[in-house]
Amino acid sequence: MATKVIMPKLSPTMEEGQISRWLKKEGDKVSMGEPLAEIDTDKATMEMQALANGVLRKILINEGQPAPLGQIIAVIGEPNEDISSLLAEAPAAAPKPEQKKPEPEQPAPAPAPPQPKVAAAAAAGTGGDGRQPQAATSDSARLIVSPLAARMAAEAGLDLRSLQGSGPGGRIIKRDIEVALSQPKTSPAPAAFPRAVEPGRFPQAAASGYRDEPASEIRKTIAKRLVTSLGPVPHFFLTTEIEMDRAAEMRRGINALDPELKISINDVIIKVAAAALIQHPEVNASFQEKFVRYYEHADIGVAVAIEEGLITPVVRSADQKSLSEIAAEVRELAERARSRKLKPEEYTGATFSISNLGMFGIDEFTAVINPPEGAILAVGAMSAKPVVRDNEVIVRQMMRVTMSCDHRVIDGATGAKFLQTFKKILENPLYLVV
Amino acid sequence: MATITIREALNQALREELARDETVFLMGEEVAEYDGAYKVSRGLLHEFGPRRVIDTPITELGFAGLGVGAAMAGLRPIIEFMTFNFSILATDQIINSAAKMLYMSGGQINIPIVFRGPGGSAFQVSSQHSQALESWYAYFPGLKVVMPSTPADAKGLLKSAIRDDDPVVFIEQERMYGNKGEVPDDPDFTIPLGVADVKREGTDVTIVARSLMVPLALKAAEALEQQGVSCEVIDPRTIRPLDIDTIVESVKKTNRVVLAEESHPICGVNAEISSEIMERAFDYLDAPVKRVSGADVPMPYAKNLENLAIPDVERIVAAVREVAYLD
Repeated sequence: MATKVIMPKLSPTMEEGQISRWLKKEGDKVSMGEPLAEIDTDKATMEMQALANGVLRKILINEGQPAPLGQIIAVIGEPNEDISSLLAEAPAAAPKPEQKKPEPEQPAPAPAPPQPKVAAAAAAGTGGDGRQPQAATSDSARLIVSPLAARMAAEAGLDLRSLQGSGPGGRIIKRDIEVALSQPKTSPAPAAFPRAVEPGRFPQAAASGYRDEPASEIRKTIAKRLVTSLGPVPHFFLTTEIEMDRAAEMRRGINALDPELKISINDVIIKVAAAALIQHPEVNASFQEKFVRYYEHADIGVAVAIEEGLITPVVRSADQKSLSEIAAEVRELAERARSRKLKPEEYTGATFSISNLGMFGIDEFTAVINPPEGAILAVGAMSAKPVVRDNEVIVRQMMRVTMSCDHRVIDGATGAKFLQTFKKILENPLYLVV
Repeated sequence: MATITIREALNQALREELARDETVFLMGEEVAEYDGAYKVSRGLLHEFGPRRVIDTPITELGFAGLGVGAAMAGLRPIIEFMTFNFSILATDQIINSAAKMLYMSGGQINIPIVFRGPGGSAFQVSSQHSQALESWYAYFPGLKVVMPSTPADAKGLLKSAIRDDDPVVFIEQERMYGNKGEVPDDPDFTIPLGVADVKREGTDVTIVARSLMVPLALKAAEALEQQGVSCEVIDPRTIRPLDIDTIVESVKKTNRVVLAEESHPICGVNAEISSEIMERAFDYLDAPVKRVSGADVPMPYAKNLENLAIPDVERIVAAVREVAYLD
């Protein structure tokens, strides 16, 4: 029987996708698990795999055109099979962009006569006992999943909402779980990329563990009061100036040992921020209305400018990684961010973010917190400046950082203490090894 | 091992048990002088005489009741119904007397009786003479219900039924008397009641089939193997007590199940099996349990309609492909 190919949910926030490229033509043979098309989601370009065997009979959404989640975008079937009943379910070709409400399936080109599907199934002899074959459900919001697939997903820690069901009515079945589990955890890194660490050690998709503590009344009052003043995430800003000579020297020293490592100052900043966050767990936290979530590890989001905007790939457990690991990982993530090949789990769920505009010569700026994170650090350019030390004016490499804090979870003094530690380590990076 | 028909296997079982235990006797319409309407009792009158092989008038309720009384008195009657369609007349004796006597006598009076004869669909004998009644009898606590699908099962199970101390309803399939198969020569060969048989091992889909559906399920499994689907075929053989464990274990392995039966779907045996699977193996199911049943209409007389009313290989294949998500 022919199978509908529907627009899958490829990112947690995706509502529609655009066909970037069909990897198969009409008439091509396809088998389950084979890449079928590239889909532009709101965040990245992702590969969509075929979930049925057969021939790509009909492409309903052309390259460059968008389709809402769950909409039929192609049909896979046997070469000579009659697929007219499936095509009848498709919206009229070339949908007008302006009236694109994500309609809950079954957009009616005309009041359709009773599903031809039932008649076909009865003719095939499956309805002989007087019961109708399953009617395809039209409720695209409801997750349909076989009991076995639900159990397998739970055991494997798979998010069912990230899967596209290949069963009737989009039911997620065993083979969908098997296909999902057979996919490589990380996409292969470009061969030219020099590796200072063995590939298995990063990037773990697993987000940091955490503990939730009930929000105290004072916490709740602070949250309530400040939100009325400053919007849902009441920001405040803390700025400090940091002497970077020793950090810069350390970086030069390491890179002299092994030029392959290519450690940047930003990598050092990530490492130091992670170390400081572990010392100040109250900053590595997130306000969740009823409780405050404290994370075990520092999963650091690193803002990367891309053509279409901004994306923050996450270095998981940066507190546990070496500088060389962080450097290699950031480079690899940024590269894939620019080619829009990041997977959703690679750019969501940070516990703290860093935005660095130093390369643009910005001395100082404020960044906007990416909820539900508790803070973001805005890093300016490093430059030689006269400073007073022991009553003498000397020249030092100075850098200004501004931390935006969510006042619902971080108070002024809390943030200041964190920045103090951050500054102390960055000015004396030997603390990293003490 | 000799290759014989189900008819011959049943005849052997009767002969061996009549010879083994002199309290065993056979009673029914045409069982003696005529050698049985379906020739299952061929030669038994000659061999065991008219005290042990007894022709009755056309009075199902009467001779079923005689049998229950004889069982209460310590004999081991085998009551043959010319077909199970006529057992309907005897249900008061089968259900209200035979099935309940042990319970109602506080465990003092057991009824070691076998009610046997052909059942299920026959060839063009229309609605009243072509129907599957096993779910009626399987409904009642106190009865055991057996349905063999091969000569070996027929012989081994009938011998166990005759030796069993409880009433057993033993339904032979009318269309299958001529089916051949190997039967062990051992005169003491028996098959315990309540044990299912895996007729074919497989990994992708379990087909549960009994009686007439077993050979069809095996043919379907062969066809499906050509299509790359490995089917496990399970024959419960005894409907009550039902060996649900073997079925559930198989479903846990294959995650998908098709239940085939020639009886009507409503309140059929497979409705019960389906419910048991749902209760015991819910987290192992990758597809809804699929039943293939006889049509929910009285059996038509016309050959073409009769064929449509009984499940065939194609319908079993289609059901398997459906639960395997192949179509």
